[in-house]
Amino acid sequence: MRQFEPLTRKDHQPVRYLIVDDSVFARKSLAKMVESFGGELAGEAADGCTAITEYARVKPDIVLMDITMPQMEGIEAVERIVQEHPTARIVMVSSVGYQDNILAALQKGARHFVQKPVKPDALYEIIRYVLNDDGVTTPVGALGENSQ
Amino acid sequence: MKMDLIQPFIGSLDAVLAEMMQAPATIMDLSMEEEGYRKKGLAAEVVFKGQIEGRIVLDMEPSAAVKVAGCLTGDEVDPAEPIVPETVCELANMVIGNAVTQLNDRGFQFKVFPPSVLTSEQCAKAGQDSEATILRFETPCGNVYLNIAMKYHARRARERAPMAVS
Repeated sequence: MRQFEPLTRKDHQPVRYLIVDDSVFARKSLAKMVESFGGELAGEAADGCTAITEYARVKPDIVLMDITMPQMEGIEAVERIVQEHPTARIVMVSSVGYQDNILAALQKGARHFVQKPVKPDALYEIIRYVLNDDGVTTPVGALGENSQ
Repeated sequence: MKMDLIQPFIGSLDAVLAEMMQAPATIMDLSMEEEGYRKKGLAAEVVFKGQIEGRIVLDMEPSAAVKVAGCLTGDEVDPAEPIVPETVCELANMVIGNAVTQLNDRGFQFKVFPPSVLTSEQCAKAGQDSEATILRFETPCGNVYLNIAMKYHARRARERAPMAVS
């Protein structure tokens, strides 16, 4: 997989990710992508309930959250995480990309949305945007230039 | 079954396979299901409910499923590894997700449920008021089958909406 210019926190530590998806395949695929962005997998969850407890435990910089999951769906999990952690940065990652879903997720506090199958370039740009939006993290090196 | 409702599934499968396998998928056969569908390889089912209700079964020859799983891991994958059926589930999820997104943009409302691995050799026959279509796609790694069963539960929302009269 292509290696990207690493995205790091302001303290130059790797960005820490929580990946939430009921599919092992999707979690592995996303984990490989965030590693190629220089990130670190802080935790994984297969449903919304576990995502809430994992968020509190690992305090990730970014959450990648699926929508359609058993027990508790992603949009409800977003709402509950953001209620308790208003600065949480959550990016929805779902194959179902229609307007109502996206709008509901954004209204509950998600920062962005990316549709499956996820293209690494698109996810990288979205994460960089979400991180820079807060001014919390900066990519190493020149902004806007990806290494090949 | 209306072809304009099937077309999003065909386009979606083509796009998902192209992205995940880095290879084209060519539609080879289209047939109507008459008996309960008998799976050919590793299959996953996704149910959707709403103005149109139904299910799709994505059925992949093991060689095709192994190829996609291998693309993900970057290594050779043993067909017996759990990641292989997981791969089929996630592909089914992507195909239906992208298709219902297109149909939603045309006015249909849906709820999609999580995929499940089809463990039995034969699916239950589509209901009396449902029609099931089986599509066979050829890929360089083996055949992929898409079984789509759906029934019209309600008219499209925009058709039911009152018309503006000037």
